[in-house]
Amino acid sequence: MILGIASGKGGTGKTTVAANLARAYGSPAQLLDCDVEEPNDHLFLRGPVREQEIITIPVPQVDASLCDACGECSRFCQYSAIVSLRTTPIVFPELCHGCGGCALVCPQGAIGETERRIGVVETVESENVTLMQGRLDVGVALAPPLIRAAKARMRRETPAIVDAPPGTSCPVIAALRGTDFVALVTEPTPFGLHDLTLAVDMVRELRIPFGVVVNRVGIGDDRVHGYCAAEKIPVLLEIPDDRRIAEAYSVGSLIVDALPEYRGLFMSLIEKTMKLKCAEIGVSAGGYDENQA
Amino acid sequence: MKIAFTTSGETLNAPMDFRFGRAPKFLVYDTDKDTFEVIDNRQGVQTAQGAGIQAAETVARAGVDSLVTGHCGPKAFRVLSAAGITIYCTGAPTIAAALKDFRAGKLTPADSVDDAWQ
Repeated sequence: MILGIASGKGGTGKTTVAANLARAYGSPAQLLDCDVEEPNDHLFLRGPVREQEIITIPVPQVDASLCDACGECSRFCQYSAIVSLRTTPIVFPELCHGCGGCALVCPQGAIGETERRIGVVETVESENVTLMQGRLDVGVALAPPLIRAAKARMRRETPAIVDAPPGTSCPVIAALRGTDFVALVTEPTPFGLHDLTLAVDMVRELRIPFGVVVNRVGIGDDRVHGYCAAEKIPVLLEIPDDRRIAEAYSVGSLIVDALPEYRGLFMSLIEKTMKLKCAEIGVSAGGYDENQA
Repeated sequence: MKIAFTTSGETLNAPMDFRFGRAPKFLVYDTDKDTFEVIDNRQGVQTAQGAGIQAAETVARAGVDSLVTGHCGPKAFRVLSAAGITIYCTGAPTIAAALKDFRAGKLTPADSVDDAWQ
């Protein structure tokens, strides 16, 4: 089972939910921190870094002696990463997405590939949790290849939680693709609801079964609950707006460790997602119908 | 010779746009014929990345010898240099004023990325 944790709005509690769930498993679990621009699960799941792998993408390298300046590479590239103006092409590795197209279309076979480092994937062991986190190098704007590299290190036989970056753009899609179930974390505020609707559209497009986790229940209003009821989206978990949770967070403690009374809450989320996943036959275009589950 | 000016308008009295890659339009002035044409750069305004590179390709394809703009970034500078286009940076308010300075020899070519990114 691979469980994706996502949200439209940032700061709703993805990390809190992901890290606490991973610990709540008790048995061996994997946590993938796919927020590669600012991975932070390691602040809560501390332990030694067992491994650090350098991740690269292929970028073009032009052999000027073979190039006849035909410009095919330049016409092919959608990212202006290789430019030829009746000259040997100029390469901008920082704009290259590593698709390899320029090398394929070059009639002269003048384009080879060289590796460009984009970041690292680190593996941290923290009690029952194996945390794998992508860390994008400063100045690099290519999160999806690094996210895919981190996910490729997942072992299928162990339960995995994928902590996605916020938003609904390419890095989030890269993180969620291939997950079995997605929990969308939101807060009961107008902003939280607005971005939740965007995230719901996204997971429906990806055709991944999903439910909602409402964090900081007690603030804001009841519109998130009204929306979920109207859209027949199961509310998987409600985390109360408890000052002690914020206090634990501020010192890097997990809720399940600092406030054992919440342990059952996170256990119930694991059970619910498993149950809903098993009842996948009950999927309708509108998401999950809890009655059928 | 042909000179490209970055602008938001379509006449010689139009204001200069001091950006290169994200300028809405390029006015290409032909000093031999004293005529000009306007090239739309809507694509460059909207592109997520590589606007300067694409703009450099656009003006190179238009056959210009010189570019008069406000600033030009390092990537565009490389492409323009490879295409043999001379870059001039100016603070002149309108194309007409910049053209006048150009003709009077008051503009100096940007020899390095730092000159162009003033």
